[in-house]
Amino acid sequence: MKQNLYNYILGIADNSLILGQRMGELCGHGPSLETDIACTNISLDLFGQVRSYFQYASKLAGDGRTEDDIAMLRQEREYVNVLLVEQPNTDFAYTIARHFLFDVYHLLFLTELEKSKDLTLSAIAKKCIKEVRYHERFTSDWMKRLGDGTAESKAKIQEAINDLWTYTDELFHQTKADKAMVAEGIGVDVTKLKDAYYEKVNEVLTEATLETPESKYFQKGGKKGIHTEHMGYLLAELQYMQRAYPNMEW
Amino acid sequence: MSTKNWPLWEVFVRSKNGLEHRHFGSLHAADADMALENARDVYTRRNEGVSIWVVESKNITASNPEHNGEMFEPAQDKVYRHPTFYDLPDEVKHM
Repeated sequence: MKQNLYNYILGIADNSLILGQRMGELCGHGPSLETDIACTNISLDLFGQVRSYFQYASKLAGDGRTEDDIAMLRQEREYVNVLLVEQPNTDFAYTIARHFLFDVYHLLFLTELEKSKDLTLSAIAKKCIKEVRYHERFTSDWMKRLGDGTAESKAKIQEAINDLWTYTDELFHQTKADKAMVAEGIGVDVTKLKDAYYEKVNEVLTEATLETPESKYFQKGGKKGIHTEHMGYLLAELQYMQRAYPNMEW
Repeated sequence: MSTKNWPLWEVFVRSKNGLEHRHFGSLHAADADMALENARDVYTRRNEGVSIWVVESKNITASNPEHNGEMFEPAQDKVYRHPTFYDLPDEVKHM
């Protein structure tokens, strides 16, 4: 099996899986009916993307592992998503800030992945990019609305950005699989996305009349499977059905 | 926390090119841009449309149901206002 490619795909897909699960938690709990539906739609977009990646990974594994097995039956240390996406829906400001900080990265990433020499990955990127362009528009709009809204909304979104800022740098760390795939012209060199990322984030924050945090202290670990304390609870909910009723289908 | 409600908007969707926009329903949004995005999420995520109009509900002037008598009923007893007294040739379809 092409282990590096397999691990590389998991590195991409786990971000969408865990963020999709977080957004899905809001189903029925969004701040208004309209935003509730929007968040759930975004969650479904992300799960759709995850299916494409895991179906490909399942084919590469070639040992009977299905997309569901890969999504549902790994241990916490085997998930390689960035810490940012597993952070909880503390309030709507955190939900939007987290998603926005990921969307800007996600769009830059997919734009590059579309040029991959791996035709399957390139095709998946092409399909995902339209969805993610909408996600970025949705969350950027909300950043501006909350930042340039009332004194209360501004304070809340600024606090969320300040708190989540520490998880942004990890997006640009390379794993072993990353390096191998970049060398083969399949993977995206994430280190090269960093400047464009902070430039875009800064642009939106400025328009939202928010301060760009200056902290240089960053958290990392997710890409190596070392997660924050929130991850276990998220997985418990994500995996409950498959663990309680193994191989259940409907 | 502010408890002020967002205004109501009416949503019109053109389901495909060549057809007219039809009323799909209503939703709440803070302004027109948000109304468009909400309409996209609430009404057109399953291939329902190619174009969306949103109009703030307060801008629609509606007829008063109490005036239905003078507004609509006089039309009912004047069959000669309907073009029903022609013999249509068989060749004319879709009439």
